[in-house]
Amino acid sequence: MAFPKELKYTADHEWVKLSEDGKTATIGLTNYAQEQLGDIVFIDLPEEGDDIEIEDSFADVESVKSVSEVYSPVTGEISKVNEDLDDAPEKVNEAPYEAWIVEITNISEITDELLDAEGYEKLVEEEA
Amino acid sequence: MELIFERSKPGRYNQMIPDLDVPEVAIPEAFKRESELHLPEVSQPDISRHYTELAKQAHGVNDGFYPLGSCTMKYNPKINDEMAALPGFANLHPLQPLDTIQGALEVFTESEKLLGEITGMDHMTFQPAAGAHGEFTALLMFKAYHESRKDSKRHKIIVPDSAHGTNPASASMVGFEIVNVPSDEAGCVDLEALKAVVGEDTAGLMLTNPNTVGIFDKNITEITKIIHDAGGLNYYDGANLNPIMGVVRPGDMGFDIVHLNIHKTFSTPHGGGGPGCGPIGCKAFLKEFLPKFYPVATEKGVEFTTPSQTIGSVKGFYGHFLVLVRALTYILYLGKEGIPEAAHNAVLNANYMKHHLEDLYEVPYGGICMHEFVMSVEKIKKDTGVSALDVAKSILEHEMHPPTMYFPMIVPEALMVEPTETESKETLDEAIKVYRQIYEDAYKQPEKVHAAPANTPIRRVDEVGAARNPKIRYEFS
Repeated sequence: MAFPKELKYTADHEWVKLSEDGKTATIGLTNYAQEQLGDIVFIDLPEEGDDIEIEDSFADVESVKSVSEVYSPVTGEISKVNEDLDDAPEKVNEAPYEAWIVEITNISEITDELLDAEGYEKLVEEEA
Repeated sequence: MELIFERSKPGRYNQMIPDLDVPEVAIPEAFKRESELHLPEVSQPDISRHYTELAKQAHGVNDGFYPLGSCTMKYNPKINDEMAALPGFANLHPLQPLDTIQGALEVFTESEKLLGEITGMDHMTFQPAAGAHGEFTALLMFKAYHESRKDSKRHKIIVPDSAHGTNPASASMVGFEIVNVPSDEAGCVDLEALKAVVGEDTAGLMLTNPNTVGIFDKNITEITKIIHDAGGLNYYDGANLNPIMGVVRPGDMGFDIVHLNIHKTFSTPHGGGGPGCGPIGCKAFLKEFLPKFYPVATEKGVEFTTPSQTIGSVKGFYGHFLVLVRALTYILYLGKEGIPEAAHNAVLNANYMKHHLEDLYEVPYGGICMHEFVMSVEKIKKDTGVSALDVAKSILEHEMHPPTMYFPMIVPEALMVEPTETESKETLDEAIKVYRQIYEDAYKQPEKVHAAPANTPIRRVDEVGAARNPKIRYEFS
C-alpha cells in the first residue's frame, strides 16, 4: 500500500500536503480510507470562503457502505474546492492521492497530531 | 421483467377503479393539467401478473428466514390483519363525529395502557408516523421542556458511537448539536467518557438498550443517573425492545421518553408493507408537552385533548390508526405470559445461532447476547478476500435473507443477525448449516462466493450505478 513520503497524515485517514510556509494545506483521503469506505457515490463539498477550525467537519463522503465526515486538521479558510468530485466522486477510489478535496489557506493553527508517512503506515497496520 | 408501463396497450382497460361517489367540482382553469395523465392501460390479469412477478423477485418473511439485524423481522400473525380489516375500523373517516367512533378511540386508550405497562411510561402519543418521526417528536419535547424551565443553554444531545444513524439525524433536525461517546471494550457506554462530556449544555441522551451489538448495558441506571444529575433527559430508542418486552422496562431504567417501533416489536408491516406507527411514551412530568390530539378517557367517553404546553401536531389527525389496531391485537393475543415468552425465545434463538457459528465467525463482543449478535468477517476477508458483502450475497442462494451488513460501524466487516422468536429450531439449524458451508467455501473455493448469488433473478446489483445515476421514473417516449 502506498504512503507518499512528502505528505502528512491524520488518524482519521486523511492526507495533508502543506505548503513550504505552512500557510496552505491541500487535503484528501488516503488509499486506506477509500478501501475501507468502498465505492464512493457522493461527496458533499463545502463552499469556497468557508472558515474552518481544527476538528470541524468540512465534507461528507457517502459510499455504498456508509456516510462519513471529513474533519479538518487545520484552522483556516477554504480557498479551493475540487468540484470535479461532484460529478466523479469515484476519482477518490481510483487515485486517492491525486483526488484532493479542498485547499485551505490562511492557516493559523495546525493540529499537533499529524503523522508522517512512517507513523501513519504503522497506524494502518495496527488497524488492519 | 417488464415494467407496468411496458405492459400498457392503447385501449386496454380494467374496471377496478371505483365510480365517482362524491359531487364533481369544477377545477379552476389555472390548475387544470393540459396533457393527458400517463396511466398504464392494462387489464386486471396484467396487473395481477405484474404484482405477482414483483413479489417473486423479492424476499419477505412469508418466503423464508429473514434475520435482518436491528429490524426484528418477526412473522406477523394473520389475525392482526383480520382485526384491522373489520369494517368498524377500516371504514372510519378521521372527521367523523367522535361519538360515532368511541370503540375505535378505545384502541388508543387501551394501547396507551398496555404499551405504557410494557415500557414503564405514563402517557403516550400515537401521532408519529414511524420510529424516526417518534425520535424527532421526543426531541422537540426535550427542547420544549428545557425551554419551559428557562434553561436555554442545553443544546447538546449525547449519542453513543454504536447508535442507529437516525438518532444523530433526528437530534440534528431539531437543532441540537451531537456529542458522540465511545463504547468500551464490552461494547457498552464508557462511563468515564460519558461523565467527561455531560454538563450544563446537556439536553439529553439517546440510547438503545440492549445496544446495537446485542448486549444489555448493565450500567444502565448509572448512565441515566449521570444524565439526570447533569440536568438532562434520557431518551430510549425502542428499536431493540423485542428481547426485553415484558421482562424489564425502560421506565425503570431511568428513561423519560421512549419511542416504539411498532412494526418491529409488535408485528405490524415493515417498510413497503404499509404506513408505520412510531408512538412515543413519556413520564408524567412531560405530559403537557405531548403533541395535540392526546386521547383521554372521560365520563362522556374518549376525547382528544390539547396538552397545555404542546409542541403542536406532528402529523395530520391522530396517527396511523390501523397499524395500531394490529399492534393492539398482537399484544392482546399474546397476553401477559406470551409477551415475555416471545422476548425470551428471541434471546434464546439468537444465542443458539451465535453458539453454533462463533467458532468460525468472530464475534467481537462476546458473552450472552440478547435478540441479536454481530459477527466480523474481517479475518476471513484477510485470509481469503471474501467480504461481508460476499457472504451476504451467498446466503441469497439459499432462499434466506442475509443479515444486516456493515453495521454497526464499530465492527469491521460486520454481519448482524437477528433471528427473532418466530423461527423454529429447524430453520435456525438450516441457516447455521448454510453459514458454515459459506465459511468453508470462502477458504476452499472463494471464486464461488465472489460470484454469488448464482440462482437469483438478478445477481449482483450495480449499487454504485444505482446510487450515482438513479433512474426513479419511467421515461415516456
